[in-house]
Amino acid sequence: MDLPTLWFAAVAVLWTGFLLLEGFDFGVAALLPVLGRKPQDRHLMLRSIGPLWDGNEVWLITAVGAVFAAFPGWYATWLPAMYLPFVLVLFGLIIRAVAFEWRHSHHTEGWDATWTKVITGGSLIAALGIGAALGATTLGLPVDADGIRVGGPFAGYSWPALLGALAVLGFSLVHGALFLALKVDGDVRLRARAFARRWSPVAALPLLAWAGITHLRYGTPVTGVLWLVAAAAVVVAWAKIRLDREGSAFAAWAVLLVASAATIFGAAYPVVLPSTIDVAFDVTAADASVSDYTLTVMTWAAGVGLPVVLGYQAWTYWVFRKRLTAEPVHDEAVPA
Amino acid sequence: MDVLGMDTLDIARWQFGITTVYHFLMVPLTIGLGILVAVMHTMWVRTDKPEWLRMTRFWGRIYLINFVLGVATGLVQEFQFGLAWSEYSRFVGDVFGSLLALEALLAFFLESTFLGLWIFGWGRIPKRLHLAALWAAVIGSIVSAYFIIAANSWMQHPVGVTVGEDGRPVHTDFLAVLTNNTALAAFSHAIVAALMVAGALLVGIGLWHLRRRKLAGQPATDVDHAVWRRSVRLGGWVSLAAFVLTALTGDWQGKLMYEQQPLKMSSAEALCETEAPASFSIFAWGKLGNNECDDVHSLTVPYVLSYLAHGDFSTAVPGVNELQEEYAAVYGETYPDDPSFGDKAGEPIDYTPLLAVTYWSFRLMIGMGAVSAGVAAYALWSTRRGRVPTSRIGVYGSLLAVGAPFVANAAGWIFTEMGRQPFVVHPNPDVPVEDQVWFFTAQAVSPGISAAEVWTSLIALTVVYAALAIVELWLIGRFVRAGVTTGDGSPTPEPPDDGDGETPRRDDDVLQFAY
Ligand code: HDD
Ligand code: HEM
Ligand code: HEM
Repeated sequence: MDLPTLWFAAVAVLWTGFLLLEGFDFGVAALLPVLGRKPQDRHLMLRSIGPLWDGNEVWLITAVGAVFAAFPGWYATWLPAMYLPFVLVLFGLIIRAVAFEWRHSHHTEGWDATWTKVITGGSLIAALGIGAALGATTLGLPVDADGIRVGGPFAGYSWPALLGALAVLGFSLVHGALFLALKVDGDVRLRARAFARRWSPVAALPLLAWAGITHLRYGTPVTGVLWLVAAAAVVVAWAKIRLDREGSAFAAWAVLLVASAATIFGAAYPVVLPSTIDVAFDVTAADASVSDYTLTVMTWAAGVGLPVVLGYQAWTYWVFRKRLTAEPVHDEAVPA
Repeated sequence: MDVLGMDTLDIARWQFGITTVYHFLMVPLTIGLGILVAVMHTMWVRTDKPEWLRMTRFWGRIYLINFVLGVATGLVQEFQFGLAWSEYSRFVGDVFGSLLALEALLAFFLESTFLGLWIFGWGRIPKRLHLAALWAAVIGSIVSAYFIIAANSWMQHPVGVTVGEDGRPVHTDFLAVLTNNTALAAFSHAIVAALMVAGALLVGIGLWHLRRRKLAGQPATDVDHAVWRRSVRLGGWVSLAAFVLTALTGDWQGKLMYEQQPLKMSSAEALCETEAPASFSIFAWGKLGNNECDDVHSLTVPYVLSYLAHGDFSTAVPGVNELQEEYAAVYGETYPDDPSFGDKAGEPIDYTPLLAVTYWSFRLMIGMGAVSAGVAAYALWSTRRGRVPTSRIGVYGSLLAVGAPFVANAAGWIFTEMGRQPFVVHPNPDVPVEDQVWFFTAQAVSPGISAAEVWTSLIALTVVYAALAIVELWLIGRFVRAGVTTGDGSPTPEPPDDGDGETPRRDDDVLQFAY
């Protein structure tokens, strides 16, 4: 495998890892008004993602950083073409981050309720916007031979963007529900199970459609098989959650994402950003990549750094592995 | 579209400047306070004295409130190079992106993961491991500062590259980029400048509480008194030491800048004509504002500038007028007549940065640092041998002066960044001209986006940032006024515990999938 291919794979892994991890905290946040009937429920839900969301978000920063580092031509075409959606994502992430911290910095009911809503709103905006951007970069943006957007600020808003947005949202909602079913106890756990039972088949559809379209357009037999794996994973997840097997359902739902992402990125390769104007303007991994020297340096750094990161992140998940219940003595782990 | 006479380039520059300066209000506090809170926590683990625990909890809370805003505003920076500066990103791609990616991989993961562990680990993980988690997060912040400053310093002084097609840099020596002398100097300067910020905060708030307690007749023997007293003493010494170190590292930077970007330094001195020996300007007047060097008069101290630039009292220091001609001879009188330069295509190039900005931001940086050091000295003196100052001016002045090192930091960056204009990547004079890479700011902006888009994001970001600042200050203000006993009235605070027991039952271990 040549270095640009390896780095394309690395970028795909980073985006998948991001969706897999941040997906459940987006989902939990989005489900706050749905599953959290009482303030205690909502606190419990937030407590389940409290120690994890910031670490998860760094996967996004690393994914974007890796796109810039390995494929500046992709970074410099994709981001300005989707300028406003990316700015919206930034807003979502900003207000969400401060809300996590500020919510428990002052104690009145209205204050708490407001910031809880902001967490939900910010997470929804971010999930939809990131989905839209990913949908557009895999299914096409109107860019010319120099990688410059043709058309006005809204030229990037098209059905691929909408499909991507719905796919990430749908995936995250059920992923968050399954995470809660696994992570907390009491009413919230029951409601989360019921939500996943009812909605998982529907919520998977946009993601399966996105993967299916990419496969039909550019795919190979291998991506066809991957797509079937993704579809099968939905069935398994649904069957398992009906049996209240939360662990297996969560794992199967994760397989849905991994297999879909593998289908999408696998089929699209070597194109990193197709042009809807002319196939000759497609941005490919080879055009967009940096020199082999730089890629070699980064391969070494990532080869040493990434296992260490995975090790300590996994370890913190282990430290916080305990199932949470809604009747703590003090309200919640009061951050220092 | 041309609103207020600004084109996309100008708006994007304002956006970058506003968002980065804002980000850098949080950053030095995160770095400096992180180090000091880790020291407090270490002292608690070693001595078991309650005041160190309370200090850790109190200052740790402020550290966290601030940290989150640092994260939120840092995210914007990460995307901004692509959103608004895509041509810049393409040009520097071979070098610059890798530093950002490594920062995320090697630093941000460390920071965020271990900070989460520290916040939620109180009473859950062994004491020493818990302390180690905080140190890991603090080291993450410092590593992050190193990588991002290495990226910035490469723009100031591009090393480790050769010139490829279109004059783009081709990366040849990563180690050279990491050991760029500009980066080493700027990194050490920025870290000690961050400690000044944290020191000033400890001093200002600590003095205010000490005075208030004394006026209210509260005892000078209890734990709370010890908390504020220790904070003032620690903050005061850190501030003073850090000021000396900023001066030393700043002098190192100044000498490097005289070799690497002489126009920046001569503009900082409003030195229009070459002088030997050169004198240091203390105060300038005249037409600094319209960049007319001939009309500038200033109050000067002889010989000092020669010393700052070269380490002796006689060597000539080149003036702005002479340098402007030298630059024009090498890098062109006018911008190339090429559409990538937008409105600037074919226009004459002004190599002199805005004199008023460089001159005054340089003085503001040093001056505000000196103010802060003066306040620290006052605080140490007025609290010597157990004393507590009651002077209204002294104490409220110290509280106000908490802002001084923030202003100094912002001024330092504004000087560094605006002083390298009109270049975004400044040529490296250590190598022959044919091996140099450089890039003008005028070519750097994203060509496809409209002014309306950048206006939208600029206005929206500014409004959101302003709102965040208001809430943040209000929260910190309330928290600071409430003091250390917030939430627990007990005389000897216990480390907080979640209350949900120590040893988890086996069937609670959800990650074991035991069903
Ligand atoms: C001298 C230090 C320094 C400088 C010049 C910058 N930053 Fe920064 N940044 C930090 C030091 C730092 C930090 C201390 O590591 C922060 C501040 C607060 C925090 O949470 O981490 C941080 C946070 C932070 C984050 C969020 C990290 C997270 O989620 O944990 C991002 C994405 C960036 N920064 C990116 C940037 C970019 C692209 C910059 C260039 C313009 C930049 N920062 C300038
Ligand atoms: C956090 C500290 C920093 C501050 C306060 C700061 C401040 C500024 C300011 C005020 C400008 C506008 C200058 C002008 O338009 O005349 C600017 C521009 C810029 N800076 Fe920085 N900067 C910081 C760090 C960095 C870093 C670390 C990098 C790169 C890694 C960087 C890259 C740039 C770029 C690409 C521009 C845009 C081009 C330009 O307008 O000059 N800056 N910065
Ligand atoms: C006391 C004497 C000081 C001197 C001689 C000095 C000198 C310098 C110089 C020459 C630069 C420009 C470097 C460049 O363009 O790359 C600089 C930048 C800077 N200064 Fe200072 N400085 C001093 C004090 C301070 C203080 C007290 C602070 C803050 C508390 C501060 C904060 C900064 C920052 C944040 C930068 C930009 C980042 C960097 O290049 O490190 N400086 N300083």
